Amino acid sequence: MEACGSVLKYGDNVDTDVIIPARYLNSFDAKELASHAMVDIDPTFVERLNQGDIMVAGKNFGCGSSREHAPLALKTAGVSCVIAKSFARIFYRNSINIGFAILECEEAVDDIDEGNQVEIDFDTGKIYNLTKNKEYQAQPFPEFLQKMIKANGLVNYVNEKKG
Amino acid sequence: MSMTMTQKILADHAGLKEVAAGQLIEAKLDVVMANDITGPMALPIFHQMADKVFDVDKVVLVPDHFTPNKDIKSAENSKAIREFSINQCLTHHMEQGKCGVEHAILPERGIVVAGECIIGADSHTCTYGALGAFSTGVGTTDIATGMATGELWFKVPSAIKFVLKGKLQPYVSGKDVILHIIGQIGVDGALYKSMEFVGEGVQELSMDDRFTICNMAIEAGAKNGIFPVDEKTREYMKKHSTKEYKEYCADEDAIYDEVIEVDLSQIVPTVAFPHLPGNAHTIDEINKDEKIYIDQVVIGSCTNGRMSDLRKAAAILKGRKVSDRVRVMVVPATQKIFVQCIREGLAEIFVEAGCAFNTPSCGPCMGGHMGVMAKGEKCVSTTNRNFVGRMGDTEALIYLASPEVAAASAVAGYIADPRKVGE
Repeated sequence: MEACGSVLKYGDNVDTDVIIPARYLNSFDAKELASHAMVDIDPTFVERLNQGDIMVAGKNFGCGSSREHAPLALKTAGVSCVIAKSFARIFYRNSINIGFAILECEEAVDDIDEGNQVEIDFDTGKIYNLTKNKEYQAQPFPEFLQKMIKANGLVNYVNEKKG
Repeated sequence: MSMTMTQKILADHAGLKEVAAGQLIEAKLDVVMANDITGPMALPIFHQMADKVFDVDKVVLVPDHFTPNKDIKSAENSKAIREFSINQCLTHHMEQGKCGVEHAILPERGIVVAGECIIGADSHTCTYGALGAFSTGVGTTDIATGMATGELWFKVPSAIKFVLKGKLQPYVSGKDVILHIIGQIGVDGALYKSMEFVGEGVQELSMDDRFTICNMAIEAGAKNGIFPVDEKTREYMKKHSTKEYKEYCADEDAIYDEVIEVDLSQIVPTVAFPHLPGNAHTIDEINKDEKIYIDQVVIGSCTNGRMSDLRKAAAILKGRKVSDRVRVMVVPATQKIFVQCIREGLAEIFVEAGCAFNTPSCGPCMGGHMGVMAKGEKCVSTTNRNFVGRMGDTEALIYLASPEVAAASAVAGYIADPRKVGE
């Protein structure tokens, strides 16, 4: 599995209230949620985002509310992966559960700039910065989570387990 | 092998003799909770796995976020969980007018008790750690899985030990303690970890203080917050619940990532400035500078909408008037608290002072309804988050504080020290 796209870069503590503000949570329609993604900190996000683009952010990405609407909005808007220094734990779980790619890599976050072209190999966790011609290694997922990611989320994992 | 209190609860629920930090386990669940935002989204996912919930006593759906239904879409969401509760014959059927804010109503009804393993599709589910339970927030797919199977995977957390000593000063409460702690360790200071509160200072804290402290463990990034069970906990559970409970305590030689001592007697009224709960300032620092004039005050929520919170606010508002420039929303967290406010004369104090006295709802806390803010407005709120846009416009500013600070500020019209009201 691979991803390749242009980078949109953000700072530390990007919270779920700005990823998808609560005023839009009276709907859980993925397309509608996606149309409001990031609106409170980056009103041009949806306009600028091309299918497959990659978000790069600092520490504690996705902190705050447990709303799964947040990774769902980003995934549906067309984000192929978020690379951050660290993720808030509920956002981390939610992303894996819905099959949304996330990677932890401090070095990549420090070095990658807005607009860089980046390619990711999910099998190896290698991140390639095509603009700067550099390579970074993301933290690998524990084996159990790799199984769940391969099953394409928690629901399939549970159903497979049930047989 | 030695274990923390959280690790012991998780080991028991995973059917293991011992667990270690970082280990991935599957644990049995005692309570699975969702609300009118996360619940409706979970139902189609649940139906991909099961037709019936794993246990009708253990699944609870609470309509509290956009209720009383603020628009047609919200009404559809409330309807979806109501019909599901009825069709599945859930024991604890919750409805507007008969329940309240989820993290206040579950302990009040005795649905959650010590020693349990609890998940809720709401980040502030960590509140029930005050009772000596392992309790954590999860998302929609996790909650659907919990409803269907009664089990969920967890990574066993390591922990930070907070050793509390001393006694709180007058006009200082649980909210000041947790804002002080988050200010010290930062909004990711306990990321993926447990916050275990121990020490002689614990006995000085009321159950409501403990609920407030555990409620905001998530604002430090924690997986859960937890208090040991003592006389106050047992008394609370005896009053509210008939469920059996189990007391756990950490091994004396349990390993902690960090041990932090907190002297309760040194804590003063504390306010978290926009836009992070960790942006803590003491009231003394604030009053040195220019006054911060405000437009709105909210007293309520799963953090500070309990009886003792409202009593503290009322003690300050009694016989006083809210400043002309400020609107105040007082929101009791449950119907039982609401009626108790009427019985004790608190409702009259609030209304006479010039406060709106509203029906239980999460509304204003997350900019849902019943107290949304306009551009440039400032609010002192007893809620838990002051992120950009959290309570309305992205240019509104939220200052998180205790009920005492909120009430004093309502009277003054600016962020004020509750110790100096009446001077």
